[in-house]
Amino acid sequence: MNMPTNDTRVSRDDDFATHRVAATAAATIAPLKLLYWSVRRELWENRSLYLGPPLVAGVLLFAVVANAIYDGGKADHLINSAIALDPTREAAVFGSLTIGSLSAITAMMLIITVFIVGALYCLDALNGERRDRSILFWKSLPVSDLITVLSKAAIPLVVLPLVALASIVGMHLCMLVFTSAVQLLYGQSGALPWTRAPFFQNALVLLYGLATLALWHAPIYAWLLLVSSWAKRSVLLWAVLPPLVLAAIEGITLGKSYFASLLAHRLGGSPADVFPFKMIDSKGGISPQISSLSELDPLTFLTMPALWGGLAFAAACIAAAVWLRRRREPI
Amino acid sequence: MACIHARGLRRHYGKNVALDGIDLNINEGRIVGLIGPNGAGKSTALNAILGLSPYEGELTVLGHNPWTARDQLMRDVSFIADVAVLPRWMRVSQALDYVAGVHPRFDRAKAAKFLAKTSIPSTASVRELSKGMAVQLHLCLIMAIDAKLLVLDEPTLGLDILYRKQFYDSLLNDYFDHQRTIVVTTHQVEEVQHILTDVMFINRGRIVLDSSMEHFEQRFAEVMVHPEQAAAARSRGPIHERQVFGRSIFLFDGATRDELAAFGEVRTPGIADLFVAVIGNEITETKSSKGVAA
Repeated sequence: MNMPTNDTRVSRDDDFATHRVAATAAATIAPLKLLYWSVRRELWENRSLYLGPPLVAGVLLFAVVANAIYDGGKADHLINSAIALDPTREAAVFGSLTIGSLSAITAMMLIITVFIVGALYCLDALNGERRDRSILFWKSLPVSDLITVLSKAAIPLVVLPLVALASIVGMHLCMLVFTSAVQLLYGQSGALPWTRAPFFQNALVLLYGLATLALWHAPIYAWLLLVSSWAKRSVLLWAVLPPLVLAAIEGITLGKSYFASLLAHRLGGSPADVFPFKMIDSKGGISPQISSLSELDPLTFLTMPALWGGLAFAAACIAAAVWLRRRREPI
Repeated sequence: MACIHARGLRRHYGKNVALDGIDLNINEGRIVGLIGPNGAGKSTALNAILGLSPYEGELTVLGHNPWTARDQLMRDVSFIADVAVLPRWMRVSQALDYVAGVHPRFDRAKAAKFLAKTSIPSTASVRELSKGMAVQLHLCLIMAIDAKLLVLDEPTLGLDILYRKQFYDSLLNDYFDHQRTIVVTTHQVEEVQHILTDVMFINRGRIVLDSSMEHFEQRFAEVMVHPEQAAAARSRGPIHERQVFGRSIFLFDGATRDELAAFGEVRTPGIADLFVAVIGNEITETKSSKGVAA
């Protein structure tokens, strides 16, 4: 090595002890920074996390627009007759669906997509690193098992909801612009869809919905992470079979379906608990619209015992996954 | 100051004892070669030292309990496990970014300097690199970490002889500074002999030899003997004998060089030859003692 380094080494020898103490104090990286790099690392490895949802949004948007254009002749007629009947009525750019319900349907399809992406990610998150032996590399760096597992849990709980939000908002913006453009084409103001589907309010409602859904689904993701850290192979089977078997045993031996309905409520549940409206209105149409933000009721949601029970289960699963990651060796 | 201190370190998998209560004391500033046959317990011992697997007994590495404080320990320790374990999806630039992000003692400029000496393109992903290149990349990352303890478990596996030589030279010249401690295991014993300060033989989960190289050179001697003197040499109790070109080479433990000089030219044995002698004897001894017991 060259001379300057040797010089520093001599001075290091002089007050060796103090130097080491100072070096140790300086040589820590804040846990938040470790978490940040760990999450970035997950995104590098799993690009489908942030490319998948926008891609699906793009496909949905394409389908919606293509359908509207394909039905052009019919729409032409409908729009004209609608305007003739009631000039204040929103033009039927999307056939019989209003832009509001179309927004809701596409948003829900994307939320389901993101749920599937998150679940698949969790199944592989702690298993893949053991399968390809890269866990030995990760463990050679000063990142604790807790930080690692938390960074992986942050993907479905924080990152994916944000990706979903951005994708849905982007998709809806495009749909609104398209509707406005069509209406302008037919000599209307083009402002109507923006009042039918108020953009910023919908974005806020969506954010609220995604946040509550993430909390509601947290035990599912945590369970998948736990299975991923525990199982050597057939992770999906280990994740799905035990709850199903438990539900079946409960049904056969006790004749009850408490656990089964718990599972169903957890998987399909929360919107009814989170939002004051019914997804299916009295006429059988889908119209998940709220008129003002004050209708949102986070207090009811946050005081649900089922929510806190689920979060406690999630915390237990995460703790077990951390414990297992320390012990697990490459497969 | 002791870098690694172990008392009665044990690990067993079911009935199979991988580490049979070993005692270790490795001081700061040493380059220790841990030599043993396959399945001797080398990797088990290193995994315990690195906090990768649980163990019984007492173990302190740089003042930490490796099992409970692995993440703290890894600020001062770097290691390469016995196989190429860099994630295949990772790009070279991402590897640099990530290690720089999480490691307080990583010198990115230094890593880039080491990388520049190789033919690894910085845009490539590990998947696209040859096995040798992937190992090179890993070594570049590890050598740019200002660690107090470096553990290398078969670091040059799959590398050609040119790079192996270059690696050990670089380890000695660019990395080692007499305060760092290096523990290395390898099957290519002769290639590391000149860089080691200490050597340890491990067999069946036990340390069978633990010696500094100075002591090694004083203690062991090898002499090439003409056939007519072979019987006389044999009577002095060599620990090993082998035939080369019709002559016998005897390996002595604890004989002075002066008394051996009468038989022929005396020299320091290679670690590999001593290893064959010591471990080979162990195996025949256990076989014969088993025979007696039966």
